Amino acid sequence: MYDVVIIGAGVSGSAVARELSRYNASICVLEKEEDVCCGTSKANSAIVHAGYDCVPGTLMAKLNVEGNAMMGDLARDLDIPFNRCGSLVVCTDEKERGGLDLLLEKGRKNGVPDLRIVERDELVQMEPNISDEAVAALYAPTAGIICPFTLNIAMAENANVNGVEFRFNTEVSTIRKVDDHFEIRTNNGVVETKAVVNAAGVYADVFHNMVSATKIHITPRKGEYYLLDKSAGHYVNHTIFMLPTKMGKGVLVSPTIHGNLIVGPTATDVENREGNNTTRAGLDEVAAKCSLTVKNVPLRETITSFAGLRAHEDHHEFIIRELEDCEGFFDVAGIESPGLTSCPAIGKMAADLVEAKYHFEKKDNFIATRRGVLNPAKLSLEERNELIKKNPAYGNIICRCETISEGEILDAIHRPLGAKSLDGVKRRTRAGMGRCQAGFCSPRVMDILAREVPEVSMRTVTKSGGESRLITGLDKDEYDTMPENRHD
Amino acid sequence: MENYNIVIIGGGPAGLAAAAAAKKAGEDSILILERDHELGGILNQCIHNGFGLHTFKEELTGPEYAGRFIDEVKELGIEYRLNTMVLSISKDRLVTAMNSTDGMFQVQAKAVILAMGCRERPRGALNIPGYRPAGIYTAGTAQRLVNIEGYMPGREVVILGSGDIGLIMARRMTLEGAKVKVVAELMPYSGGLKRNIVQCLDDFGIPLKLSHTVVDIEGKERVTGVTIAAVDSHNKPIPGTEEHYSCDTLLLSVGLIPENELSLSAGVALSPRHKGPVVNESLETSVDGIFACGNVLHVHDLVDYVSEEATNAGRNAAAYVQRGQQGTDLASVEIVPGDGIGYTVPESLRAEVMNDLLTIRFRVRGVYRDHFISVYFDDERVQHRKKQIVAPGEMEQVILQKKDVVAHPDLKKITICLEEA
Repeated sequence: MYDVVIIGAGVSGSAVARELSRYNASICVLEKEEDVCCGTSKANSAIVHAGYDCVPGTLMAKLNVEGNAMMGDLARDLDIPFNRCGSLVVCTDEKERGGLDLLLEKGRKNGVPDLRIVERDELVQMEPNISDEAVAALYAPTAGIICPFTLNIAMAENANVNGVEFRFNTEVSTIRKVDDHFEIRTNNGVVETKAVVNAAGVYADVFHNMVSATKIHITPRKGEYYLLDKSAGHYVNHTIFMLPTKMGKGVLVSPTIHGNLIVGPTATDVENREGNNTTRAGLDEVAAKCSLTVKNVPLRETITSFAGLRAHEDHHEFIIRELEDCEGFFDVAGIESPGLTSCPAIGKMAADLVEAKYHFEKKDNFIATRRGVLNPAKLSLEERNELIKKNPAYGNIICRCETISEGEILDAIHRPLGAKSLDGVKRRTRAGMGRCQAGFCSPRVMDILAREVPEVSMRTVTKSGGESRLITGLDKDEYDTMPENRHD
Repeated sequence: MENYNIVIIGGGPAGLAAAAAAKKAGEDSILILERDHELGGILNQCIHNGFGLHTFKEELTGPEYAGRFIDEVKELGIEYRLNTMVLSISKDRLVTAMNSTDGMFQVQAKAVILAMGCRERPRGALNIPGYRPAGIYTAGTAQRLVNIEGYMPGREVVILGSGDIGLIMARRMTLEGAKVKVVAELMPYSGGLKRNIVQCLDDFGIPLKLSHTVVDIEGKERVTGVTIAAVDSHNKPIPGTEEHYSCDTLLLSVGLIPENELSLSAGVALSPRHKGPVVNESLETSVDGIFACGNVLHVHDLVDYVSEEATNAGRNAAAYVQRGQQGTDLASVEIVPGDGIGYTVPESLRAEVMNDLLTIRFRVRGVYRDHFISVYFDDERVQHRKKQIVAPGEMEQVILQKKDVVAHPDLKKITICLEEA
């Protein structure tokens, strides 16, 4: 019997897990995918929002501003790439200028620091590629860009180091309250726990509705994006939003923390909770809308496009509370944008709720920091050579586009909750995330995984777990199965 | 810091031929830096035959062709370092590289020859909508898996793009027991060599659908099918023409991109037309003492032409080192792609230093029948040669003679164009 089971190893579940790992409690995270960061957390704008956008007085507004304020320390403690590059909400029509003032006022009510309106001249100085139509913008210097993968992985890793168990490939089918505890049925057996934290993203309503008479409803809301080559990474210096107008919400154009340019998203409600496919219409929409704020976005530099699903709750509000009609069941539901920004505050709030009920004892040996996968590019020449001398794998470049060495890949595989698949390596090291999109390095990374991960061989190595096998067999296999070629 | 007269970036067919030529031209201080664990480059995975018909007058496989140049480089005692990644090149030809034994190190070169080759255009560059499952490979990655590693990346295959590697892999996968269902090509013509269409598709009954593209990819974890559709004259899919193919693999052969990130680090100007460095008759780039050859310069169809081009680059780099600066003050004549021509290599020539014969290579923009390839010296037509058919998939060339160029002392511009009969 666990004290707490958390369903979902995205940023929300991992943040709660890390916060709860400060206490002496037995905690387990159940994740249906093979790794952390496989749902909403992996496919989003990777933005740390300032917090002027949320309706004042909502939980969303509160946690956004708190999460933003906490992100700096968290990024430092857990070695997460983060940069407060600032954001600009651009107004392109003099008649709509009032919209900027409204946002400014909302932001001040929400407690967003240092907001101000910048006029066209200053805006052009800040962003030479801004639209010729731009008249003014709301500047939020506390907004930033972050690596969403590292954020998620780092919190999970740190939770794991502090004693939280993670069970992957474990999909919850039913949850039943039995007396004072819960029985959770999964494809990997039954798990018993005193408390449940439901951080299941687009599935959070499914689990909530299993135990509560007060139903909630979550809609997967698809967002499609382009990711551009690093050659386009400096096209803008801040995250550029469009001031929502009657023409619609527009899309953002932003540098990413790794130096690419991201353009998107759309917002389309879909039925399929696994439907993270891109569509012609969606990609065309992003291409058309990005030019409203930034001129001549070099979309021909696109290296990949992707889609993510936001967990949109009908009332567009975070639901973080113990259920009134099911004691011990805590929702962390409806976590859509600004969920990534808010996750440190979400984790804290949810953990506080659980702790207040069960009064866990605080650990005196909690490890608050985590070192990320060593990035040799940050070392001096001497340090790097020292490293290579000690461990020659750091001199062997596997991913050419992002200059990722075998040493970094081995680190990603062998650390707590290490990578087991191509995507797992990619999200931990960026190998395969560059302009050739893993064309050159995937056979070599597959080889390393097959060599280093006990349960993985070349025949079973996957892109992202499950049935995503990369190899269907050996050369001539099919030949041997043809009757005329059988020799038995 | 180490010093070499010539540093060659890349030990594939271009780098090897350039090194051998530089050595034979009297240059002893040469270093080849190769990122892979063996010399030969992409030829090592091209185990089909058809290489060397021009160079050796016989038909070799890729590894055999590479082997001859590797042997030559070794016999000539040219230094090379394997598993060595070049990280940057400065404008002053200071090369920074890294490997497991030497760590990070720097080499000062008097001349640098860029021979990094090219990479395949990935799915993302095409913005094909759909899921992103396992089973989507560029043709070259699949070729590596099948030919070097011995693993099959799939059993039921659709190929998008009819570049040569895609065509070769259609045959290769079939020979290994896979079922290649169709090759779809966006353009109304193939991007590959005619002989490959005949030998790799027609001979195996694999249909080639021109003016078609993939409009959807299905499969959450592994590819389960793709949808292809016909496209109109603007390459937009035509609604109602969709056809579904169930398959576990989509191979992409949708173009090669010269790999010029290092060239950019040195400040080398690139051509927007062929995506490689802008070069003069000596294959020297916009940066003094930096030369380029092979697929990093422009994508070739035949390795024989790579070897020939690289030989010139090697000789010219040796001459540059031996003579010092090769005359940046000399008069330069622009070479311009005219009607129907996509690009030319080189883009300029200096009559004083050109060889007696100068080969200008180019590609045409579309399929043209019964056209003339013409060369103009300013407004005067000096060459006019009829071709039954020209296509973008086959590189063309014209040869200029030094004596003709010298006979036009006021020449400003050489234009190569297609003219109707």
